[in-house]
Amino acid sequence: MYKYDEYDHAMVDARVAEFSDQVRRRLAGEITEDQFKPLRLMNGLYLQLHAYMLRVAVPYGTLDSRQMHMLAHIARKYDRDYGHFTTRQNIQYNWIKLEDAPAILEDLASVEMHAIQTSGNCIRNISSDQWAGAAADEITDPRPWAELLRQWSSFHPEFSYLPRKFKIAVIAAEEDRAAMRLHDIGIQLVEKDGVHGAAFYVGGGMGRTPMIAPLIKEFVPLEDMLSYAEACLRVYNRYGRRDNIYKARIKILIHELGADEYRRQVEEEFAHVKSLGIDPPKAEFDRIAAQFAMPPLDASAPDAIDRSDPDFAVWVDQNVAKHKVSGHAIVNISLKPVDGIPGDASSAQIDLMADLAEKYSHDELRVTHAQNIVLPHVRKADLYAVWQALDAAGLATPNLDLISDIIACPGLDYCSLANARSIPVAQKIAKRFADPVRQRDLGELKLKISGCINACGHHHAGHIGILGVDRKGTENYQLSLGGSGAEDVSLGTITGPGFDEDGVVDAIERVTDKYLETRTEGERFVDTFRRVGMAPFKEAIYG
Amino acid sequence: MKLLTGNDLKTGFVTWWTGADWSLHIEDAADVGEQGEAILAAEEGARRVNAPYIIKGEATPEGPRPAHIKDRIRALGPTVRPDLTLKPADPAAGDWVI
Repeated sequence: MYKYDEYDHAMVDARVAEFSDQVRRRLAGEITEDQFKPLRLMNGLYLQLHAYMLRVAVPYGTLDSRQMHMLAHIARKYDRDYGHFTTRQNIQYNWIKLEDAPAILEDLASVEMHAIQTSGNCIRNISSDQWAGAAADEITDPRPWAELLRQWSSFHPEFSYLPRKFKIAVIAAEEDRAAMRLHDIGIQLVEKDGVHGAAFYVGGGMGRTPMIAPLIKEFVPLEDMLSYAEACLRVYNRYGRRDNIYKARIKILIHELGADEYRRQVEEEFAHVKSLGIDPPKAEFDRIAAQFAMPPLDASAPDAIDRSDPDFAVWVDQNVAKHKVSGHAIVNISLKPVDGIPGDASSAQIDLMADLAEKYSHDELRVTHAQNIVLPHVRKADLYAVWQALDAAGLATPNLDLISDIIACPGLDYCSLANARSIPVAQKIAKRFADPVRQRDLGELKLKISGCINACGHHHAGHIGILGVDRKGTENYQLSLGGSGAEDVSLGTITGPGFDEDGVVDAIERVTDKYLETRTEGERFVDTFRRVGMAPFKEAIYG
Repeated sequence: MKLLTGNDLKTGFVTWWTGADWSLHIEDAADVGEQGEAILAAEEGARRVNAPYIIKGEATPEGPRPAHIKDRIRALGPTVRPDLTLKPADPAAGDWVI
């Protein structure tokens, strides 16, 4: 875990003091909402349907138990006893009072957290693989590089007023667990001739114009990574459109320029940037990397798991993943119980997960872009105790990557941008497919719901995607099939006319029935869709 | 009817113009008629409410009801957390939204 140095502390403390004064001036009526809005947004404070909403950054989804306890404390003291984990690996509080915001930011700063750059046209929270540092398939831990990018991008003077918001993901495995190619910049750490480098994919994103990022540079030496990222941003900052918010993202620029021309301009800029010496000396990177050292795991710990409790065995099969160190495992905690709200956790549940991390996971937790929580370093011998504690708290739903492990944005129940509610649809689908045997029979099926075209619920990347729209004042839901945010990245295709809330649940059941009827041995839903195409599913849905 | 609404500056909570002041309860909302723009301008100057705006509504036996679902959800609270709405004890409150 990275620990703030004196510069980090000074920057965050100064920002808390600055924003506290801005809040005071706003409450005193000294500045207008028009003047205050950009200031509060720079500190992650939105105004949503029912109240102010505070979005707190969880850098690359990593946090320790002390930080997790603080998130519970904020939910309990300043909000309504719960928080919402988001697809950006952040947490949001939905009922914040403006007058409490300075105290909350002070509390966050006390555990080395903040809400800076969780809004606005700047580089947002750097996201990463939630299994980073533990995954058996990674070539290295991507988090030191994500941390380096966090430091480089925090208060970057040139990139604080970009044409539009900017999202970067860093992974280090072939399996993409971070939707890397659906980011403005996706960086995959790769190995070539025994040397690590960075593959740069630039110009991906979801929203109203979804695009998969093309490969811009196959191998950037790691000592050049910041300079190359700077060059990518500079070209965008110079030529990205500021006249039309809908065409302001880098994906539009690259689409219009063409990847080859964008690459040429980046290379030209890189030649100049490299002469500026912005990449850190190796000693500085080594200082950062040392803080992400693997905790002292005992590789001789027992590898066997007692599976005599059948409910536990099901949970192990579904929610526990392979760790790089023998005798250990990665525990995925589903925040998707049937009848629950995807991504929501009560302060008591947040505290419990923090306690479990402290006791069983070397004090580490991760937030996933699928709105779940991870305990990355658990001894296999401790799995049963962890499961029992989670089960008692309603946190042991064995549905990771199954149809009820639904990504859903807050939708019209909370969000001022939304056109339709997402959560009730997610709940109805989860209820329809609640039978665990039925879910497991369907296998991996990633279902994602957005309540508007901004696609915070990643519907374009869902094996089954749902987009809520406003049709003459009534909620309506478009269905799409065949998307993926993983290494087999693809964008979903709309099936046809939309449905009402119950209709879309019925349509999904017709789709899954058709899949069961059509699949071949071992074929996932998305594989079947790719093999047979839309036609049979369309026929099943619309007749 | 026309209703004037916004979010309270200090709390961010949804608030409705009653004809003389602001209330958290849609039942208290007044029909601002043709006076809406003038009241809105005056209240923006007073800086007690964020981003006030005028919406269409209808008079019902239960009181004013916003025409659009978004404002009905604003008026009641999140439909997925009845305990957090302004009518946590009323199991039928969600029907009013939909």
